[in-house]
Amino acid sequence: MISREGRQGRFKRLRIGRRRGPMTTPAPREIGSAELPAREGATPGAFEEPRVVNPIVPPRSVAGRALLVLVAIMSFLACLSVASVSVVSDRARGWQRQIAAELTIQVSPVAMQDMQSALQRARNIAEATPGVRSAEILQPEQSSALLEPWLGRGFDPNELPIPRIISVRLDGDADLATLARLLREEVPGASLDDHGMWLKRLARMSQAVTFAGLGVVALVMAATALSVVFATRGAMAGNKEVIEVLHFVGAEDAYVAGEFQRHFLLLGLKGAGLGGIAAIALFALLSLIGGVQGPTPEEAQLRSLLGGLTVGPPAYIGSIVTVVAIAVTIAATARLTVRRTLAEIG
Amino acid sequence: MDEQSPSPEDPLIRFENVGLRYGLGPEILRDVSFAIGPCSFQYVTGPSGAGKTSLLRLLFLSLRPTRGLVEIFGQDAATASRTNVQVLRRRIGIVFQDFRLLEHLTTYENVALPLRVLGQAESSYRNDVMELLEWVGLGDKMWVHPPVLSGGEKQRAAIARAVITRPEILLADEPTGNVDPPLARRLLRLFIELNRLGTSVVIATHDLALMDQYDARRLILNAGVMEVHDIA
Repeated sequence: MISREGRQGRFKRLRIGRRRGPMTTPAPREIGSAELPAREGATPGAFEEPRVVNPIVPPRSVAGRALLVLVAIMSFLACLSVASVSVVSDRARGWQRQIAAELTIQVSPVAMQDMQSALQRARNIAEATPGVRSAEILQPEQSSALLEPWLGRGFDPNELPIPRIISVRLDGDADLATLARLLREEVPGASLDDHGMWLKRLARMSQAVTFAGLGVVALVMAATALSVVFATRGAMAGNKEVIEVLHFVGAEDAYVAGEFQRHFLLLGLKGAGLGGIAAIALFALLSLIGGVQGPTPEEAQLRSLLGGLTVGPPAYIGSIVTVVAIAVTIAATARLTVRRTLAEIG
Repeated sequence: MDEQSPSPEDPLIRFENVGLRYGLGPEILRDVSFAIGPCSFQYVTGPSGAGKTSLLRLLFLSLRPTRGLVEIFGQDAATASRTNVQVLRRRIGIVFQDFRLLEHLTTYENVALPLRVLGQAESSYRNDVMELLEWVGLGDKMWVHPPVLSGGEKQRAAIARAVITRPEILLADEPTGNVDPPLARRLLRLFIELNRLGTSVVIATHDLALMDQYDARRLILNAGVMEVHDIA
Protein backbone atom coordinates (compact mmCIF):
# COMPACT_ATOMS: atom_id res chain seq x y z
CA MET A 1 0.00 0.00 0.00
CA ILE A 2 1.11 3.51 -0.70
CA SER A 3 0.23 5.91 2.07
CA ARG A 4 -1.78 9.02 1.30
CA GLU A 5 1.27 11.16 2.05
CA GLY A 6 3.28 9.04 -0.33
CA ARG A 7 0.63 9.44 -3.03
CA GLN A 8 0.48 13.20 -2.50
CA GLY A 9 4.25 13.33 -2.68
CA ARG A 10 4.07 11.52 -5.99
CA PHE A 11 1.56 14.04 -7.33
CA LYS A 12 3.70 16.92 -6.13
CA ARG A 13 6.62 15.47 -8.02
CA LEU A 14 4.54 15.25 -11.16
CA ARG A 15 6.06 18.12 -13.10
CA ILE A 16 4.49 17.62 -16.44
CA GLY A 17 4.17 20.29 -19.06
CA ARG A 18 2.70 23.74 -18.56
CA ARG A 19 1.39 24.76 -15.18
CA ARG A 20 -1.64 26.96 -14.82
CA GLY A 21 -0.96 27.97 -11.25
CA PRO A 22 -0.21 26.06 -8.10
CA MET A 23 -0.82 22.33 -8.27
CA THR A 24 -3.87 21.39 -6.25
CA THR A 25 -3.35 18.65 -3.76
CA PRO A 26 -5.93 15.91 -4.16
CA ALA A 27 -8.65 15.91 -1.54
CA PRO A 28 -8.52 13.02 0.86
CA ARG A 29 -10.14 10.03 -0.72
CA GLU A 30 -9.73 6.37 -0.27
CA ILE A 31 -7.71 5.16 -3.18
CA GLY A 32 -6.11 1.83 -2.81
CA SER A 33 -2.97 0.78 -4.56
CA ALA A 34 -5.16 -1.38 -6.77
CA GLU A 35 -6.69 1.72 -8.34
CA LEU A 36 -3.46 3.23 -9.54
CA PRO A 37 -0.87 0.53 -9.76
CA ALA A 38 2.59 1.88 -9.16
CA ARG A 39 5.86 0.27 -8.26
CA GLU A 40 6.92 0.85 -4.70
CA GLY A 41 10.16 2.74 -4.47
CA ALA A 42 10.46 3.06 -8.21
CA THR A 43 12.52 6.05 -9.14
CA PRO A 44 12.20 7.82 -12.45
CA GLY A 45 15.22 7.14 -14.53
CA ALA A 46 15.80 3.80 -12.84
CA PHE A 47 15.12 1.99 -16.13
CA GLU A 48 18.37 2.63 -17.81
CA GLU A 49 17.69 0.75 -20.98
CA PRO A 50 19.63 1.61 -24.07
CA ARG A 51 17.15 3.80 -25.88
CA VAL A 52 17.20 4.45 -29.53
CA VAL A 53 14.74 7.22 -30.31
CA ASN A 54 12.71 5.85 -33.18
CA PRO A 55 11.83 8.22 -35.98
CA ILE A 56 8.20 9.34 -35.85
CA VAL A 57 7.71 8.39 -39.49
CA PRO A 58 9.04 4.83 -39.94
CA PRO A 59 11.82 4.88 -42.58
CA ARG A 60 10.62 1.65 -44.21
CA SER A 61 7.25 3.19 -44.90
CA VAL A 62 8.68 6.18 -46.73
CA ALA A 63 10.33 4.87 -49.85
CA GLY A 64 11.67 1.57 -50.94
CA ARG A 65 14.79 0.45 -52.68
CA ALA A 66 13.27 1.22 -56.06
CA LEU A 67 13.35 4.98 -55.43
CA LEU A 68 16.89 4.71 -54.07
CA VAL A 69 18.01 2.94 -57.26
CA LEU A 70 16.15 5.46 -59.41
CA VAL A 71 17.85 8.36 -57.63
CA ALA A 72 21.23 6.63 -57.99
CA ILE A 73 20.71 6.16 -61.74
CA MET A 74 19.56 9.75 -62.18
CA SER A 75 22.52 11.01 -60.20
CA PHE A 76 24.88 8.85 -62.27
CA LEU A 77 23.46 10.27 -65.51
CA ALA A 78 23.61 13.83 -64.20
CA CYS A 79 27.24 13.38 -63.12
CA LEU A 80 28.12 11.93 -66.55
CA SER A 81 26.49 14.90 -68.19
CA VAL A 82 28.33 17.37 -65.98
CA ALA A 83 31.61 15.58 -66.69
CA SER A 84 30.95 15.59 -70.46
CA VAL A 85 30.35 19.33 -70.35
CA SER A 86 33.51 19.80 -68.35
CA VAL A 87 35.67 17.64 -70.66
CA VAL A 88 34.35 19.17 -73.89
CA SER A 89 34.63 22.72 -72.57
CA ASP A 90 38.13 21.99 -71.35
CA ARG A 91 39.19 20.52 -74.73
CA ALA A 92 37.51 23.33 -76.66
CA ARG A 93 39.35 25.87 -74.56
CA GLY A 94 42.61 24.01 -75.24
CA TRP A 95 42.00 23.97 -78.98
CA GLN A 96 41.06 27.63 -78.92
CA ARG A 97 44.27 28.47 -77.07
CA GLN A 98 46.34 26.48 -79.55
CA ILE A 99 44.64 27.91 -82.62
CA ALA A 100 44.72 31.42 -81.29
CA ALA A 101 48.46 31.07 -80.66
CA GLU A 102 49.17 30.39 -84.31
CA LEU A 103 48.78 32.50 -87.42
CA THR A 104 49.44 31.85 -91.05
CA ILE A 105 50.79 34.33 -93.54
CA GLN A 106 50.06 33.30 -97.06
CA VAL A 107 52.13 34.81 -99.86
CA SER A 108 50.66 34.24 -103.31
CA PRO A 109 52.84 34.43 -106.40
CA VAL A 110 52.62 37.85 -107.97
CA ALA A 111 54.02 38.66 -111.38
CA MET A 112 57.41 40.34 -111.40
CA GLN A 113 57.93 39.60 -107.71
CA ASP A 114 60.67 37.43 -106.36
CA MET A 115 58.96 34.93 -104.05
CA GLN A 116 61.98 34.50 -101.76
CA SER A 117 62.42 38.20 -101.11
CA ALA A 118 58.63 38.59 -100.58
CA LEU A 119 58.73 35.77 -98.03
CA GLN A 120 61.72 37.33 -96.28
CA ARG A 121 60.00 40.71 -96.12
CA ALA A 122 56.81 39.18 -94.76
CA ARG A 123 58.78 37.25 -92.16
CA ASN A 124 60.70 40.32 -91.09
CA ILE A 125 57.45 42.27 -90.70
CA ALA A 126 55.98 39.46 -88.63
CA GLU A 127 59.03 39.09 -86.42
CA ALA A 128 59.12 42.82 -85.81
CA THR A 129 55.56 42.75 -84.49
CA PRO A 130 55.39 42.69 -80.67
CA GLY A 131 53.86 39.47 -79.31
CA VAL A 132 55.21 37.30 -82.09
CA ARG A 133 57.53 34.59 -80.85
CA SER A 134 58.67 33.14 -84.15
CA ALA A 135 57.90 33.20 -87.84
CA GLU A 136 59.00 30.24 -89.92
CA ILE A 137 58.85 29.97 -93.68
CA LEU A 138 57.55 26.58 -94.67
CA GLN A 139 59.92 24.99 -97.19
CA PRO A 140 58.51 23.97 -100.59
CA GLU A 141 58.75 20.34 -99.52
CA GLN A 142 56.60 21.05 -96.50
CA SER A 143 54.06 22.86 -98.68
CA SER A 144 54.06 19.90 -101.07
CA ALA A 145 53.44 17.56 -98.16
CA LEU A 146 50.43 19.66 -97.15
CA LEU A 147 49.08 19.44 -100.72
CA GLU A 148 49.80 15.74 -101.10
CA PRO A 149 46.27 14.59 -100.24
CA TRP A 150 44.91 16.68 -103.15
CA LEU A 151 47.67 16.65 -105.75
CA GLY A 152 49.42 13.40 -104.99
CA ARG A 153 53.15 12.78 -104.83
CA GLY A 154 55.86 13.66 -107.29
CA PHE A 155 54.74 17.03 -108.54
CA ASP A 156 57.11 19.97 -108.71
CA PRO A 157 55.79 22.82 -106.64
CA ASN A 158 57.87 25.30 -108.60
CA GLU A 159 55.86 24.53 -111.73
CA LEU A 160 52.60 25.56 -110.11
CA PRO A 161 51.66 29.00 -108.79
CA ILE A 162 51.24 27.68 -105.29
CA PRO A 163 51.14 30.20 -102.44
CA ARG A 164 53.90 29.88 -99.85
CA ILE A 165 53.17 29.87 -96.18
CA ILE A 166 54.82 31.43 -93.13
CA SER A 167 53.84 29.88 -89.85
CA VAL A 168 53.75 32.48 -87.08
CA ARG A 169 53.63 31.63 -83.40
CA LEU A 170 52.48 34.13 -80.79
CA ASP A 171 53.46 34.37 -77.17
CA GLY A 172 51.21 37.21 -76.14
CA ASP A 173 48.71 39.72 -77.44
CA ALA A 174 49.80 40.88 -80.86
CA ASP A 175 48.34 43.76 -82.85
CA LEU A 176 47.04 41.62 -85.69
CA ALA A 177 45.24 44.45 -87.47
CA THR A 178 48.52 46.41 -87.85
CA LEU A 179 50.34 43.28 -88.94
CA ALA A 180 47.70 42.56 -91.60
CA ARG A 181 47.85 46.20 -92.84
CA LEU A 182 51.65 46.23 -93.01
CA LEU A 183 51.69 42.93 -94.91
CA ARG A 184 49.13 44.24 -97.40
CA GLU A 185 51.12 47.43 -97.94
CA GLU A 186 54.64 46.02 -98.00
CA VAL A 187 54.24 42.61 -99.57
CA PRO A 188 51.96 42.32 -102.57
CA GLY A 189 50.08 39.01 -102.55
CA ALA A 190 50.48 38.50 -98.77
CA SER A 191 47.48 37.88 -96.54
CA LEU A 192 47.06 37.05 -92.88
CA ASP A 193 44.87 34.19 -91.67
CA ASP A 194 44.18 34.47 -87.92
CA HIS A 195 41.94 31.34 -87.82
CA GLY A 196 39.04 33.50 -86.59
CA MET A 197 36.48 31.32 -88.33
CA TRP A 198 37.71 28.23 -86.50
CA LEU A 199 37.81 30.05 -83.22
CA LYS A 200 34.21 31.16 -83.63
CA ARG A 201 33.05 27.66 -84.57
CA LEU A 202 34.84 26.12 -81.63
CA ALA A 203 33.34 28.65 -79.23
CA ARG A 204 29.89 27.95 -80.64
CA MET A 205 30.34 24.20 -80.37
CA SER A 206 31.58 24.48 -76.82
CA GLN A 207 28.57 26.61 -75.86
CA ALA A 208 26.17 24.17 -77.53
CA VAL A 209 27.65 21.22 -75.66
CA THR A 210 27.49 23.15 -72.38
CA PHE A 211 23.84 24.10 -72.89
CA ALA A 212 22.91 20.56 -73.93
CA GLY A 213 24.70 19.11 -70.91
CA LEU A 214 23.09 21.52 -68.48
CA GLY A 215 19.74 20.83 -70.15
CA VAL A 216 20.20 17.11 -69.51
CA VAL A 217 21.07 17.82 -65.86
CA ALA A 218 17.94 20.00 -65.52
CA LEU A 219 15.77 17.26 -67.06
CA VAL A 220 17.27 14.63 -64.77
CA MET A 221 16.59 16.89 -61.75
CA ALA A 222 13.00 17.46 -62.91
CA ALA A 223 12.40 13.74 -63.45
CA THR A 224 13.84 12.97 -60.01
CA ALA A 225 11.69 15.66 -58.39
CA LEU A 226 8.56 14.27 -60.07
CA SER A 227 9.37 10.76 -58.87
CA VAL A 228 9.80 12.15 -55.37
CA VAL A 229 6.40 13.88 -55.58
CA PHE A 230 4.76 10.50 -56.28
CA ALA A 231 6.85 8.76 -53.64
CA THR A 232 6.00 11.42 -51.03
CA ARG A 233 2.29 11.15 -51.75
CA GLY A 234 2.58 7.38 -51.43
CA ALA A 235 4.47 7.72 -48.16
CA MET A 236 1.85 10.12 -46.82
CA ALA A 237 -0.95 7.75 -47.76
CA GLY A 238 0.93 4.92 -46.02
CA ASN A 239 1.45 7.06 -42.93
CA LYS A 240 -2.04 8.54 -42.72
CA GLU A 241 -2.44 7.38 -39.14
CA VAL A 242 0.91 8.87 -38.10
CA ILE A 243 -0.02 12.21 -39.65
CA GLU A 244 -3.41 12.17 -37.93
CA VAL A 245 -1.86 11.44 -34.55
CA LEU A 246 0.75 14.15 -35.09
CA HIS A 247 -2.03 16.61 -35.77
CA PHE A 248 -3.97 15.45 -32.73
CA VAL A 249 -0.98 16.10 -30.48
CA GLY A 250 -0.62 19.61 -31.88
CA ALA A 251 2.06 19.21 -34.57
CA GLU A 252 2.03 21.95 -37.16
CA ASP A 253 2.31 21.21 -40.87
CA ALA A 254 5.92 22.37 -40.89
CA TYR A 255 6.78 19.75 -38.27
CA VAL A 256 5.05 16.97 -40.20
CA ALA A 257 6.76 18.11 -43.41
CA GLY A 258 10.11 18.13 -41.57
CA GLU A 259 9.65 14.51 -40.52
CA PHE A 260 9.15 13.40 -44.14
CA GLN A 261 11.81 15.77 -45.44
CA ARG A 262 14.42 14.21 -43.14
CA HIS A 263 13.81 10.77 -44.63
CA PHE A 264 13.90 11.99 -48.19
CA LEU A 265 17.08 13.99 -47.59
CA LEU A 266 18.73 10.84 -46.26
CA LEU A 267 17.41 8.83 -49.19
CA GLY A 268 18.59 11.54 -51.59
CA LEU A 269 22.06 11.65 -50.07
CA LYS A 270 22.31 7.86 -50.20
CA GLY A 271 20.97 7.46 -53.73
CA ALA A 272 22.71 10.46 -55.24
CA GLY A 273 25.90 9.55 -53.39
CA LEU A 274 25.85 6.03 -54.85
CA GLY A 275 25.29 7.41 -58.35
CA GLY A 276 28.00 10.00 -57.86
CA ILE A 277 30.50 7.44 -56.57
CA ALA A 278 29.76 5.18 -59.55
CA ALA A 279 30.27 8.11 -61.94
CA ILE A 280 33.52 9.18 -60.27
CA ALA A 281 34.78 5.59 -60.40
CA LEU A 282 33.99 5.55 -64.11
CA PHE A 283 35.87 8.82 -64.64
CA ALA A 284 38.90 7.41 -62.85
CA LEU A 285 38.72 4.26 -64.98
CA LEU A 286 38.44 6.31 -68.18
CA SER A 287 41.39 8.42 -67.16
CA LEU A 288 43.40 5.23 -66.62
CA ILE A 289 42.50 3.36 -69.79
CA GLY A 290 40.89 5.98 -71.98
CA GLY A 291 44.05 7.85 -72.99
CA VAL A 292 45.21 7.37 -76.60
CA GLN A 293 48.48 5.52 -76.48
CA GLY A 294 50.78 4.06 -79.08
CA PRO A 295 53.69 4.97 -81.31
CA THR A 296 51.95 5.34 -84.68
CA PRO A 297 51.53 8.81 -86.26
CA GLU A 298 47.72 8.44 -86.19
CA GLU A 299 47.76 7.79 -82.46
CA ALA A 300 50.12 10.72 -81.97
CA GLN A 301 47.70 12.94 -83.91
CA LEU A 302 44.75 11.71 -81.86
CA ARG A 303 46.73 12.31 -78.69
CA SER A 304 47.48 15.81 -79.86
CA LEU A 305 43.82 16.43 -80.73
CA LEU A 306 42.12 14.85 -77.73
CA GLY A 307 44.86 15.36 -75.17
CA GLY A 308 44.31 11.87 -73.74
CA LEU A 309 40.65 12.60 -72.75
CA THR A 310 41.42 12.78 -69.07
CA VAL A 311 38.63 13.89 -66.72
CA GLY A 312 39.88 16.91 -64.82
CA PRO A 313 39.15 18.19 -61.30
CA PRO A 314 36.19 20.35 -62.48
CA ALA A 315 34.32 17.17 -63.45
CA TYR A 316 34.91 15.66 -60.01
CA ILE A 317 33.91 18.85 -58.22
CA GLY A 318 30.88 19.20 -60.54
CA SER A 319 29.82 15.65 -59.70
CA ILE A 320 29.97 16.29 -55.96
CA VAL A 321 27.97 19.52 -56.38
CA THR A 322 25.44 17.59 -58.51
CA VAL A 323 25.05 14.92 -55.82
CA VAL A 324 24.37 17.55 -53.14
CA ALA A 325 22.01 19.45 -55.48
CA ILE A 326 20.00 16.27 -56.17
CA ALA A 327 19.74 15.44 -52.45
CA VAL A 328 18.62 18.99 -51.62
CA THR A 329 16.13 18.97 -54.52
CA ILE A 330 14.66 15.69 -53.24
CA ALA A 331 14.33 16.98 -49.67
CA ALA A 332 12.81 20.29 -50.79
CA THR A 333 10.39 18.53 -53.14
CA ALA A 334 9.27 16.19 -50.36
CA ARG A 335 8.73 19.12 -48.00
CA LEU A 336 6.73 21.11 -50.55
CA THR A 337 4.65 18.07 -51.48
CA VAL A 338 3.80 17.31 -47.85
CA ARG A 339 2.84 20.90 -47.13
CA ARG A 340 0.77 21.20 -50.28
CA THR A 341 -0.96 17.85 -49.69
CA LEU A 342 -1.72 18.74 -46.05
CA ALA A 343 -3.15 22.07 -47.15
CA GLU A 344 -5.32 20.26 -49.71
CA ILE A 345 -6.53 17.74 -47.11
CA GLY A 346 -7.09 20.51 -44.53
CA MET B 1 -1.89 34.83 -31.96
CA ASP B 2 -5.16 36.54 -31.25
CA GLU B 3 -5.93 34.23 -28.39
CA GLN B 4 -7.35 35.94 -25.32
CA SER B 5 -6.31 35.22 -21.76
CA PRO B 6 -9.52 34.19 -20.01
CA SER B 7 -10.07 34.96 -16.37
CA PRO B 8 -10.41 31.93 -14.05
CA GLU B 9 -14.21 32.19 -14.24
CA ASP B 10 -14.39 32.27 -18.03
CA PRO B 11 -15.40 29.01 -19.64
CA LEU B 12 -12.66 27.20 -21.52
CA ILE B 13 -15.12 26.11 -24.17
CA ARG B 14 -18.44 27.67 -25.07
CA PHE B 15 -21.06 26.36 -27.50
CA GLU B 16 -23.96 28.63 -28.52
CA ASN B 17 -26.79 27.32 -30.69
CA VAL B 18 -24.41 25.03 -32.50
CA GLY B 19 -25.72 23.02 -35.41
CA LEU B 20 -23.80 20.41 -37.37
CA ARG B 21 -24.61 18.49 -40.51
CA TYR B 22 -22.45 16.42 -42.80
CA GLY B 23 -22.85 17.61 -46.36
CA LEU B 24 -26.52 17.93 -47.25
CA GLY B 25 -27.60 15.34 -44.71
CA PRO B 26 -29.80 15.93 -41.66
CA GLU B 27 -28.52 17.90 -38.68
CA ILE B 28 -26.53 15.66 -36.36
CA LEU B 29 -26.46 18.33 -33.65
CA ARG B 30 -29.17 20.95 -33.20
CA ASP B 31 -29.01 24.16 -31.16
CA VAL B 32 -26.45 22.79 -28.76
CA SER B 33 -25.49 25.29 -26.06
CA PHE B 34 -23.23 24.63 -23.09
CA ALA B 35 -19.97 25.72 -21.53
CA ILE B 36 -17.07 23.84 -20.02
CA GLY B 37 -15.50 25.63 -17.10
CA PRO B 38 -12.03 25.32 -15.64
CA CYS B 39 -11.44 22.27 -13.40
CA SER B 40 -14.86 20.86 -14.26
CA PHE B 41 -15.86 17.24 -14.76
CA GLN B 42 -18.63 16.15 -17.09
CA TYR B 43 -19.95 13.23 -19.00
CA VAL B 44 -21.31 13.50 -22.53
CA THR B 45 -23.81 10.71 -22.83
CA GLY B 46 -26.69 9.48 -24.90
CA PRO B 47 -27.58 6.53 -27.08
CA SER B 48 -25.39 5.39 -29.93
CA GLY B 49 -25.69 7.70 -32.90
CA ALA B 50 -26.85 10.62 -30.76
CA GLY B 51 -23.87 12.73 -31.87
CA LYS B 52 -21.38 12.19 -29.00
CA THR B 53 -18.37 11.61 -31.25
CA SER B 54 -19.35 14.52 -33.51
CA LEU B 55 -19.55 16.74 -30.44
CA LEU B 56 -16.08 15.59 -29.34
CA ARG B 57 -14.76 16.32 -32.83
CA LEU B 58 -16.16 19.84 -32.57
CA LEU B 59 -14.54 20.20 -29.15
CA PHE B 60 -11.24 19.04 -30.62
CA LEU B 61 -11.48 21.33 -33.65
CA SER B 62 -11.42 18.50 -36.13
CA LEU B 63 -14.84 19.65 -37.34
CA ARG B 64 -16.25 23.15 -37.76
CA PRO B 65 -19.88 23.85 -36.89
CA THR B 66 -22.38 24.35 -39.69
CA ARG B 67 -23.98 27.12 -37.65
CA GLY B 68 -23.71 28.69 -34.22
CA LEU B 69 -20.65 29.65 -32.19
CA VAL B 70 -17.93 27.33 -30.91
CA GLU B 71 -15.43 29.21 -28.80
CA ILE B 72 -12.33 27.36 -27.67
CA PHE B 73 -10.17 29.25 -25.14
CA GLY B 74 -11.86 32.45 -26.25
CA GLN B 75 -11.21 31.88 -29.92
CA ASP B 76 -13.93 31.36 -32.50
CA ALA B 77 -13.33 27.89 -33.96
CA ALA B 78 -14.91 28.90 -37.28
CA THR B 79 -12.24 31.51 -37.97
CA ALA B 80 -9.20 29.80 -36.43
CA SER B 81 -6.37 29.38 -38.92
CA ARG B 82 -4.74 26.02 -39.51
CA THR B 83 -1.77 26.99 -37.35
CA ASN B 84 -4.01 28.36 -34.61
CA VAL B 85 -5.97 25.12 -34.53
CA GLN B 86 -2.76 23.22 -33.83
CA VAL B 87 -1.74 25.69 -31.11
CA LEU B 88 -5.19 25.37 -29.47
CA ARG B 89 -5.04 21.58 -29.70
CA ARG B 90 -1.90 21.59 -27.59
CA ARG B 91 -4.07 22.81 -24.72
CA ILE B 92 -6.49 19.91 -25.18
CA GLY B 93 -5.72 16.26 -24.56
CA ILE B 94 -7.73 13.61 -26.31
CA VAL B 95 -8.11 9.90 -25.68
CA PHE B 96 -9.60 7.94 -28.54
CA GLN B 97 -11.70 4.86 -28.19
CA ASP B 98 -9.27 3.04 -30.48
CA PHE B 99 -6.24 4.53 -28.63
CA ARG B 100 -4.42 5.70 -31.79
CA LEU B 101 -1.00 4.66 -30.48
CA LEU B 102 1.77 4.49 -33.07
CA GLU B 103 2.82 0.89 -33.26
CA HIS B 104 6.40 1.49 -34.35
CA LEU B 105 7.09 3.61 -31.28
CA THR B 106 7.57 2.30 -27.75
CA THR B 107 5.10 3.16 -25.00
CA TYR B 108 7.60 5.72 -23.73
CA GLU B 109 7.94 7.30 -27.17
CA ASN B 110 4.18 7.33 -27.71
CA VAL B 111 3.63 9.15 -24.44
CA ALA B 112 6.51 11.56 -25.13
CA LEU B 113 5.23 12.34 -28.64
CA PRO B 114 3.40 15.62 -27.76
CA LEU B 115 6.57 16.95 -26.09
CA ARG B 116 8.74 15.81 -28.98
CA VAL B 117 6.42 17.63 -31.36
CA LEU B 118 6.92 20.78 -29.29
CA GLY B 119 10.63 20.48 -30.07
CA GLN B 120 11.73 19.60 -26.55
CA ALA B 121 14.94 17.64 -26.07
CA GLU B 122 14.55 14.06 -24.91
CA SER B 123 16.71 14.71 -21.85
CA SER B 124 14.36 17.51 -20.74
CA TYR B 125 11.24 15.35 -20.57
CA ARG B 126 12.65 11.89 -19.84
CA ASN B 127 11.93 11.99 -16.09
CA ASP B 128 8.44 13.47 -16.53
CA VAL B 129 7.43 10.78 -19.01
CA MET B 130 8.85 8.00 -16.86
CA GLU B 131 7.15 9.36 -13.78
CA LEU B 132 3.82 9.62 -15.57
CA LEU B 133 4.14 6.10 -16.92
CA GLU B 134 4.87 4.91 -13.39
CA TRP B 135 1.82 6.81 -12.20
CA VAL B 136 -0.50 5.13 -14.69
CA GLY B 137 1.03 1.76 -13.86
CA LEU B 138 3.04 1.23 -17.02
CA GLY B 139 6.48 1.57 -15.47
CA ASP B 140 7.46 -1.89 -16.57
CA LYS B 141 6.00 -1.50 -20.07
CA MET B 142 7.91 1.60 -21.11
CA TRP B 143 10.11 -0.01 -23.71
CA VAL B 144 7.62 -2.31 -25.35
CA HIS B 145 5.61 -1.56 -28.45
CA PRO B 146 1.80 -1.20 -28.36
CA PRO B 147 1.03 -4.57 -30.01
CA VAL B 148 2.18 -6.37 -26.87
CA LEU B 149 0.10 -4.19 -24.53
CA SER B 150 -3.32 -5.30 -23.32
CA GLY B 151 -6.40 -3.18 -24.06
CA GLY B 152 -6.29 -1.58 -20.61
CA GLU B 153 -2.59 -0.85 -20.89
CA LYS B 154 -3.09 0.75 -24.29
CA GLN B 155 -5.88 2.86 -22.83
CA ARG B 156 -3.64 4.01 -20.00
CA ALA B 157 -0.82 4.77 -22.44
CA ALA B 158 -3.28 6.82 -24.53
CA ILE B 159 -4.39 8.68 -21.40
CA ALA B 160 -0.76 9.34 -20.43
CA ARG B 161 -0.07 10.71 -23.91
CA ALA B 162 -3.10 12.97 -23.63
CA VAL B 163 -2.04 14.45 -20.29
CA ILE B 164 1.75 14.60 -20.62
CA THR B 165 1.61 18.26 -21.66
CA ARG B 166 -0.74 18.99 -18.77
CA PRO B 167 -3.62 20.10 -20.98
CA GLU B 168 -6.37 22.31 -19.65
CA ILE B 169 -9.06 20.00 -21.00
CA LEU B 170 -9.03 16.23 -21.38
CA LEU B 171 -11.50 14.67 -23.83
CA ALA B 172 -12.06 10.93 -23.67
CA ASP B 173 -14.18 9.04 -26.17
CA GLU B 174 -15.67 5.89 -24.63
CA PRO B 175 -12.56 5.32 -22.50
CA THR B 176 -14.09 2.28 -20.84
CA GLY B 177 -15.61 0.81 -23.97
CA ASN B 178 -12.95 -1.86 -24.42
CA VAL B 179 -12.10 -2.74 -20.85
CA ASP B 180 -13.58 -4.88 -18.09
CA PRO B 181 -15.46 -3.25 -15.18
CA PRO B 182 -12.58 -3.34 -12.65
CA LEU B 183 -10.26 -1.65 -15.12
CA ALA B 184 -13.03 0.80 -16.03
CA ARG B 185 -13.18 1.80 -12.35
CA ARG B 186 -9.41 2.24 -12.25
CA LEU B 187 -9.48 4.43 -15.34
CA LEU B 188 -12.28 6.52 -13.86
CA ARG B 189 -10.15 7.05 -10.75
CA LEU B 190 -7.37 8.21 -13.02
CA PHE B 191 -9.64 10.79 -14.64
CA ILE B 192 -10.84 11.96 -11.23
CA GLU B 193 -7.27 12.42 -10.03
CA LEU B 194 -6.39 14.36 -13.16
CA ASN B 195 -9.43 16.56 -12.59
CA ARG B 196 -8.28 17.22 -9.04
CA LEU B 197 -4.93 18.29 -10.42
CA GLY B 198 -6.72 21.01 -12.37
CA THR B 199 -7.69 19.49 -15.70
CA SER B 200 -11.25 19.81 -16.98
CA VAL B 201 -12.45 16.38 -18.00
CA VAL B 202 -15.04 15.50 -20.63
CA ILE B 203 -15.87 11.82 -20.93
CA ALA B 204 -18.12 10.65 -23.76
CA THR B 205 -19.75 7.41 -22.67
CA HIS B 206 -22.97 5.49 -22.69
CA ASP B 207 -21.86 3.37 -19.76
CA LEU B 208 -24.45 4.19 -17.08
CA ALA B 209 -22.63 2.08 -14.48
CA LEU B 210 -19.54 4.21 -14.92
CA MET B 211 -21.50 7.45 -14.44
CA ASP B 212 -23.15 6.06 -11.34
CA GLN B 213 -19.76 5.53 -9.72
CA TYR B 214 -18.86 9.20 -9.77
CA ASP B 215 -21.54 11.81 -9.79
CA ALA B 216 -20.79 14.63 -12.19
CA ARG B 217 -22.49 16.97 -14.59
CA ARG B 218 -24.11 15.17 -17.52
CA LEU B 219 -24.51 16.55 -21.02
CA ILE B 220 -27.15 14.24 -22.45
CA LEU B 221 -27.50 14.08 -26.21
CA ASN B 222 -30.61 12.66 -27.76
CA ALA B 223 -31.16 12.81 -31.51
CA GLY B 224 -28.81 15.76 -31.76
CA VAL B 225 -30.42 17.80 -28.99
CA MET B 226 -28.59 18.40 -25.71
CA GLU B 227 -29.92 18.49 -22.19
CA VAL B 228 -27.58 19.61 -19.43
CA HIS B 229 -27.99 17.99 -16.00
CA ASP B 230 -25.89 19.73 -13.40
CA ILE B 231 -25.16 17.97 -10.13
CA ALA B 232 -27.21 19.17 -7.22
